[in-house]
Parts: sequence; C-alpha cells; structure tokens
Amino acid sequence: MSRVDVPVMARKTESLKAREKKRRRRGYLSQVLLTLFVIAFMAPLVWMLVTSLKPGGEVFSSPPRMVGSQVLWSNYLEVWTYVSFGRYMLNSFLVSVVGTTLVVLTSLASAYAFSRLRFRGRDGLFFVYLGTLMVPQEVVVIPMYLFMTQLGWVNTFQALIVPWAFAAFGTFLLRQAMLSVPRELEDAAKIDGANHFMILARIMTPVVKPTVAVLVVFTFIGYWNNFLWPLIIVNDPEHTTVPLGLNGFIGQGGGQWQLIMAASTISMIPTAALAIALQRYLIRGISLTGLGGR
Amino acid sequence: MALNVVEGTEERDVRGRGIASKNRRRRGDGRTAAGFLAPSLGGFAIFTLGPIIASIVVAFTVWPTGGSPTAAGFSNFVRLFTSDPNFIQSLKNTLIFVFAYVPLNIVVSLALATWISPRIRGQNAYRVLLFIPVVTPMVANAAVWQLALLPSGVIDGIWVSVFGVHAPNFLGSPTYAMAVVVLMSLWQGLGYNLMVFVSALEAVPESMLEAAAIDGASTVQQFFQIKVPMISPAIFFGATMTVITSFQVFVQPFVLTAGGPGNSTSTLVMYLYRSGFLFHKLGYASAIGVCLFVIILVVTGIVFLAQKRLVHYE
Repeated sequence: MSRVDVPVMARKTESLKAREKKRRRRGYLSQVLLTLFVIAFMAPLVWMLVTSLKPGGEVFSSPPRMVGSQVLWSNYLEVWTYVSFGRYMLNSFLVSVVGTTLVVLTSLASAYAFSRLRFRGRDGLFFVYLGTLMVPQEVVVIPMYLFMTQLGWVNTFQALIVPWAFAAFGTFLLRQAMLSVPRELEDAAKIDGANHFMILARIMTPVVKPTVAVLVVFTFIGYWNNFLWPLIIVNDPEHTTVPLGLNGFIGQGGGQWQLIMAASTISMIPTAALAIALQRYLIRGISLTGLGGR
Repeated sequence: MALNVVEGTEERDVRGRGIASKNRRRRGDGRTAAGFLAPSLGGFAIFTLGPIIASIVVAFTVWPTGGSPTAAGFSNFVRLFTSDPNFIQSLKNTLIFVFAYVPLNIVVSLALATWISPRIRGQNAYRVLLFIPVVTPMVANAAVWQLALLPSGVIDGIWVSVFGVHAPNFLGSPTYAMAVVVLMSLWQGLGYNLMVFVSALEAVPESMLEAAAIDGASTVQQFFQIKVPMISPAIFFGATMTVITSFQVFVQPFVLTAGGPGNSTSTLVMYLYRSGFLFHKLGYASAIGVCLFVIILVVTGIVFLAQKRLVHYE
C-alpha cells in the first residue's frame, strides 16, 4: 500500500470516475429496460382490467383494441347480479377472516406453551408438529373429505374453515418468535403475580406482533385463494367462495368475458391490497421463515 | 422422541438465564400447558395428524364414494404403476412441468433480483408489482391467460397483425399446451423467489463487491463469484420450496386446459381429483396422494444432498 506512487493513484481515481460515469449511464438504461419489462409483465393484468370495461361484443374485436367503443364501468355492477358474486365475496371474507382469527388465536396459545412452559413430552410433541409441515394439503383431501361426510359438514362454512385452521405452521412461526423474546420482560410481571394468560396477552403478544402480522398475511391469502378444497367440499352457491365461483363462471359458457374479467379484477383486490399494505411483513416473513405463502 | 422435558429443558434454554433457580418446582407447568395447548393440539390431532395417517390407511382400500371400504392391500399401487396409462401420463406431465418450471423460475427470478437490487430507483415498486400475481387468486390469473390465448383472443389478434397468419391454437395443441402452463406458472410464481433473492442479495456486503470491482472483477464475475456463492443458501431454499409446490401443480392446467388436449397437461393432483371426485374411487385417489408425498419426500431429499456439495454456508 505504502509503495503506491502519486501518478498511479491519480490514474486510479480517474478510471474510477470514468467507471462511475459509465455505471450511471448504464443505470439509466437499466432502469428504462426494467420498466419496459415490468410493463410487459403486467400486461395480463392490464388486459384483464381493460377487457372488464368493454361492451360484451367487443371482447374479441380484431384487430385487438385496448379501449372499446364505450367504457362500461357498469360491468362491475352487472357482475354482482349476473352471478351471485356478492355472495361469493361475502363467503370468502367470512371464511378468510374467521379462519385467520382461529389460526392466530390457537397458534399464539400453543406457541406460548411450546416456548415458555415446561411439560413432559414437549419436545417430542413439537417434533410431531414439525413433521406435518412437509405434508401438502393435496395429500390429505381424500380422508378429509371422508371425515367431513361423517361429520355432515359437506356444504358448510365450518368445512371450509376448520380443517386448515390447525396446521403446524402458525405454531412453528410464533414459537420461533417467542423464543427470542428475553425472559426479563416477563419476570417483572411474574413478580407482580401475573398468570400465564396475562403474560401471553399483555407481554408476549405485543412483542411478537410483527410475526403475527406475517401469519395473518399468509393465512388470509391462503384461505382467500384456496381452490381445490372448496371445489371438493362445496357445491351450492350459498357456500361458494370467490375462486370457485369464478371457475364456475368461466365454465358455464355464454362467453360473458367482460363480466368474468370484472369478477377476476374484484377477486384480486383484497389480497393484492393486503400484500401491498403489509409488504414489509410479507418480505420479512418470506426471508425469515421461508415457509408458507404459496 | 418422548423426552423427559421437565429435567431436559433446564440446560437447553440458552436464553433463559437464571430460570434454573426459579423453576425448582419439579412438576413443570403441565396443567397450564394443557390449557394453552388444548385448542391447538385437539384440532391438530383431529384435522392435521389424523387425516395424514388416514390418507395412508385409505390408500390401502377400495372405497367408492358413499360406499364402505374394503381392504385392498397394495393393489391400488400396483394398478397405478402397472396398468393405468392415465396415471403414468399424469406423472410424466408433472415431472416435465417440474423440470421445466423450477430451473426457469430460479434463473429468471435470480436474474430479476440482481437486476432490481442495486441502483434502481423505486425498486420497491417494481418488486411489489412483480409479486402481485403470487397473492391473487390463481383462478383469476389463469382466466385472463385463457382469454388472451383463445383462438380469437388478443394473442391471435397481435399474431395476425404481425405475421399475417393466425396463431397456433396454443391451448388446444398437445405441443404448446404444456409450454403455456409452464409460462403462465412462471409469470404467476416468480415473484416469490424474487423476494427471497432480493432480501438475500441485500445482505451481501457492499464493501466486498467494491473491493472486487477495484480489483477489476467484471459485473459478471462479481455475480458468479461473489453474489451467487453468498446467497447460495437462499437459492437452495427457494429451489426446495419451488420443487415442493410445483409437484402440487393443479389450478393452472385445470383452468387453462382442463388437462387437455387429451391427457397432455393432466397432472398428479388433477388425476387425484378426478379419481376421487369424478370416478368416485376414493381409495385409489388417496393412493395417488401417498405417491405424490413419497415423490416429494424423495426429491426434497435429493435436493438436500445436493445442497451439501453446492451451498456455501459461512
């Protein structure tokens, strides 16, 4: 280092400057290309939106046009009456909200037990929980269906909610978060005579809130988008969820594609909004836990 | 595995400084624990563990929908692999899908992650946009692809104005249908690994790249010799998750092609669904589920073995 003489240094800074300039120019180019790429990437969603605003007869116009002869926002009103889309939305909201609440509450309790309480067989039991994380839903739908028929739960909301509310994922996620909470936080409360329930509710839960947010995002999206299970367990409009209703709409023919696209657009709003609003937690969840969010 | 946790945890709880003295009560918190665990554990036993065990049991029966089961030994499995061309075709299609989709997904999302991470303004916006199809309902995603690819759809329209002839019927041709399913899945799913890779790349120390740049390493060299090794655990993780989920492919071909034309895009899960709920052979369908699980286990095991040789942990 000490032997570097001045001209070499000068040349080096010069070349660094040139490189910096070149890099900046490349940066602009790269930005433009990336923007073009992302626009191309969004094309299917854009096409969904523009189609949803066209008059029915112009969906397949040739040559293709972005905007039809009229911009029919009324398609969005019509879709609520043409199929019971409002009903499907309500059903999906009910299933996703109740399911997510159930998952969060039971996972908080069991994660607390696994991370803070001592009892016989705890580690063995947790190992069993972990083992089930590997099993995809598709593998168990047949016995689950048989079980639902036994319970008489076919075509019910509880069949859409309960079977997937006790997966090990939430327990696993929250246990990891709780293990990293320093015990000193609880000690004072313990001295003041707080019981475990109060510690969980007043101390633990607020501290692990970011992880709860991760769980909420993943679980809500999971319920909202689930398709295979509703397809199996529901066949009446009273309990049809959005993806199932959309599929039926596509399948029923009649070619009302502008309405199907309006319904598709609406169906995307809740989870897309959730992902955008809570993106911080989503990114955190993906990078920290690596599980869930399919 | 049933450890005697009452004594066992004392040394194990690294973070629990000073609890050893406080928790001399030998009973542990058994009763409280039971209260906290009851809702989760009860549900877990009934709705998670039970069905997993049952799926294996049911796979060894003949069980018509609405009827009662009879023990069938290994006959379901024997039939699947020796005399059911539909199953073999679905298995083949699933493998083709996995082998095409997983590498494509990893390469494209890694390239995009590298592209987005350094000096792009508003990189968050790009990331979120690319992530949207991951969280929106797959049926809706597939619906617009179907609409665009229909014989008189927008792709055909563009094709006609560019080439002057009609486009091939992508969804109706055995040559193209699977490619479309792979492409649509790639579009739908790449945002997930993109997120994984972007956060991994952010953790690569800037000073390391600067040092390499001063030593004259090109961008390409920096990418392959610093970035890729540094984030190889994330790549491994992304690859594992993608392999697992891609074996479960169902909605994309179900909506886009309904498994057709012929059988050319039928997948394992689709065949499971059909066997169980169109042909009403629940035992047979469950056997397909067990095969799916075993395949996933084996492939994940292979990926784990490969990881030992390829992944660089600090």
